[in-house]
Amino acid sequence: MAKAKNISEFVIERDMNKCIRCQACVRVCANDVHKYDEDTGDIISDNVMCAGCHFCEDICPTGALTIKRNPSDTRKNANWSRDYIYRIVKQASTGGILLTGMGNDRPYKNYFEHIVLNAAQVTNPSIDPLREPMELRTFIGSKPDRVICTKGKDERCFLKQHLPPLLELEVPVMFSAMSFGSISLNACKSLAKAASDAGIYWNTGEGGLHRDLYPYADRAIVQVASGRFGVNVEYLEKAAAVEIKIGQGAKPGIGGHLPGEKVSSEISLTRMIPEGSDAISPAPHHDIYSIEDLRQLIFAIKEATSYKKPVGVKIAAVHNVAPIASGIVRAGADFVTIDGIRGGTGAAPVVIRDNVGIPIEIAVAVVDQRLREEGIRNQASIIAAGGFKTSADVMKAIALGADAVYIGTAALIALGCHVCQKCYTGKCNWGIATQDPYLTRRLNPEIGAKRLSNLLRAWSLEIKEMLGGMGINAIESLRGNREQLRAVGLTETELRILGIKHAGEAW
Amino acid sequence: MEYEQIKEQERNYHIPSGCGISGVVNKKGKVFSGENVLASICTMKERGNGLGAGYAGYGIYPEMKDNWCFHIMYDEANARELVEKFLETRFIIVNEEPIPTKKINTLKYVPTLYRYFLEIKEENNKDSSSQEEYILETVMKINKNFKGACVFSSGKNMGIFKGVGDPDEIGEFFRIYDYKGYIWTAHNRFPTNTVGWWGGAHPFGILGWSVVHNGEISSYGINRRYLENAGYYCTFFTDTEVITYLFDLLSRKHQLDFDIIGNILSAPFWEKIEMEKNEEKKELLKRLRIIYASALINGPFAILVANSDTLIGLNDRLKLRPLVAAQKGDFVYMASEESAIRYICQQPERIWMPEAGEPVVVRVEN
Repeated sequence: MAKAKNISEFVIERDMNKCIRCQACVRVCANDVHKYDEDTGDIISDNVMCAGCHFCEDICPTGALTIKRNPSDTRKNANWSRDYIYRIVKQASTGGILLTGMGNDRPYKNYFEHIVLNAAQVTNPSIDPLREPMELRTFIGSKPDRVICTKGKDERCFLKQHLPPLLELEVPVMFSAMSFGSISLNACKSLAKAASDAGIYWNTGEGGLHRDLYPYADRAIVQVASGRFGVNVEYLEKAAAVEIKIGQGAKPGIGGHLPGEKVSSEISLTRMIPEGSDAISPAPHHDIYSIEDLRQLIFAIKEATSYKKPVGVKIAAVHNVAPIASGIVRAGADFVTIDGIRGGTGAAPVVIRDNVGIPIEIAVAVVDQRLREEGIRNQASIIAAGGFKTSADVMKAIALGADAVYIGTAALIALGCHVCQKCYTGKCNWGIATQDPYLTRRLNPEIGAKRLSNLLRAWSLEIKEMLGGMGINAIESLRGNREQLRAVGLTETELRILGIKHAGEAW
Repeated sequence: MEYEQIKEQERNYHIPSGCGISGVVNKKGKVFSGENVLASICTMKERGNGLGAGYAGYGIYPEMKDNWCFHIMYDEANARELVEKFLETRFIIVNEEPIPTKKINTLKYVPTLYRYFLEIKEENNKDSSSQEEYILETVMKINKNFKGACVFSSGKNMGIFKGVGDPDEIGEFFRIYDYKGYIWTAHNRFPTNTVGWWGGAHPFGILGWSVVHNGEISSYGINRRYLENAGYYCTFFTDTEVITYLFDLLSRKHQLDFDIIGNILSAPFWEKIEMEKNEEKKELLKRLRIIYASALINGPFAILVANSDTLIGLNDRLKLRPLVAAQKGDFVYMASEESAIRYICQQPERIWMPEAGEPVVVRVEN
């Protein structure tokens, strides 16, 4: 009989001429791949246990290790690839739902890769961001449709209206919701510090706000999700904004589950649950079965925070995303976060992650258009999430209509993640998706924050170059400006839905 | 290319253009002949390519000053009949006549040009703000639904005259020197991608507004979507149309002063806002940027905007297009080039280059 435990996805090649038997690999691997045989002095590696995280390869002082995908393959078959055969083998062995981590790895069409940006030539001068100001400042929240002011006797203008609370970002990029629990406290600290340093915001996810993160709370968007973990008055009061989490791109319609073995005393305190107990976030909020229920929660939170903080709602991008987003805005949300099918996760059923939801590019385009048609676009900001890989993706999402973008996976990669998709095992060798103190020590929050700040700086420089090239010197002139986009190789239907023209069509 | 095709092409594409502009205003509201501005714009023939020129004059129809005046061009045989029938359903046509022109041999094609002096029918005649809405709606309906017809001027006691040709040809054709006004603007066009349609020439106007513009707007895509949200449907797809509607929205509907509008369309940089010492002003500037982010005009431009009592000159945030202003007695002049001012104003008392984003607002005392 086929046995799941014998399947190895990776093979570990050890160059015996280079290996000095230092046993660093033996000590570091959380998956116990490498073993030292005291009798023979050999190091033996068990391919089956390897997660493909490349930590040992990275740390090996002599470069003796190479991790490769297992070349051993089944007979070539366009339908029954090795992946699918092995999945069935695993399920036949365990009878369980297959889990995975990170975002969708299926080759769905990535619309960003079919959209190109414009640049100015002759009739409109491009602008050099090194010589001229280039403004990326972005405001998230509800904005009035007009300014109302009266003139005093001395011709001074007096503003006659109250401005709703807004988040002010120096770069239109934020860190997506990742809870303390799904990632380590050191990873949370890295994100929080970098967000504070760079003038953006980070998101607590449904993990509560650990005391060590209080210094960065004024840059935190705190989540209220279906499990309500860690939600108390202090949590809401310390935050910059509140996000009600309805769904997430990696697992639309599915709840969450942090196994009891990960619920350490720190997590227990932060989430306000007993140590060692499973933290279960139900699929729906059991007090939100309708849009009117959501409205009540939005205003309950606004009341609790004296209308001083923006309150938003996060949903997964699904088929009916535009009407749903419109309902959310009309229910009083100050921002809508939309997480596309490529959005990441700490743990989700493979079959859900890979098959449910729609791409973020499409979702942003239809939501922006819908809110404009209804005349309520100013009432709320749109935050796009789910698979942003480069600064160009950020530009394209903004031109399609997003106010800002959340990055999750990209931020974790900056911290060392190699996207091995094993976050749910809690054995992350990079010290990110784990609570094991032996592993989390590997992630130094100071260095982590610096690396994240570097990433943000690099992207903002690139965005400025691209904007300047277009002859635009403020990000708001790109926002929703689909004339700056052209498609390459998309169908009429896709063009219509994205609201963009094909390459070759002039203004 | 057939004229029909050219026209269709211009209607359906957004047209950027480089150009020359000139404007003169008498602050006391004293009228003077259009020959001044004609001479001024002709000194900048270099800035155009013969594919469009035009003029706007205020105070030119004093006998008819209480009637709405539509200038309409027709380039299809039955369009006039259909439009006139439509006008009759909505207005009392006080007067209608061909716009007086002079034959210019070098103009290859000339559409049929008519002007109508209109009074809104009693049943539609409510307060003045809804009158303006009514006119706006009428103009948008004609321009959108009546093939071969284009309303290119729709204010009171003002008129726009424009066409495909050099500024001297178009000025001569419309006998601009025969009119007397207290504000004049002129435009000389250098379209970069089509051969020109009469309706696509500048000034662009709606209600009492007229705009002449030199530039290309990179923010066009979002400005247009923003205006659609506010109920303006762009039927010409030109930058100038968008600027005109923005002025109408911000000034007429949102009741904002021109200085404030300048701070919206050509917003100061954050750096500058942060340096502002007056806290109230700082807060105002910040709010304008937040609330009117989609109305910011990004890209190089110099514009002259006029309505019945104001002439405004405005540059983009970086001053990427030229604009010079001068003053002598009750006259204020603004133009792309100093030469265009000095040619008609021998010894100005003051001549200056307006700063990037700082509007020059000249109000006419009535």
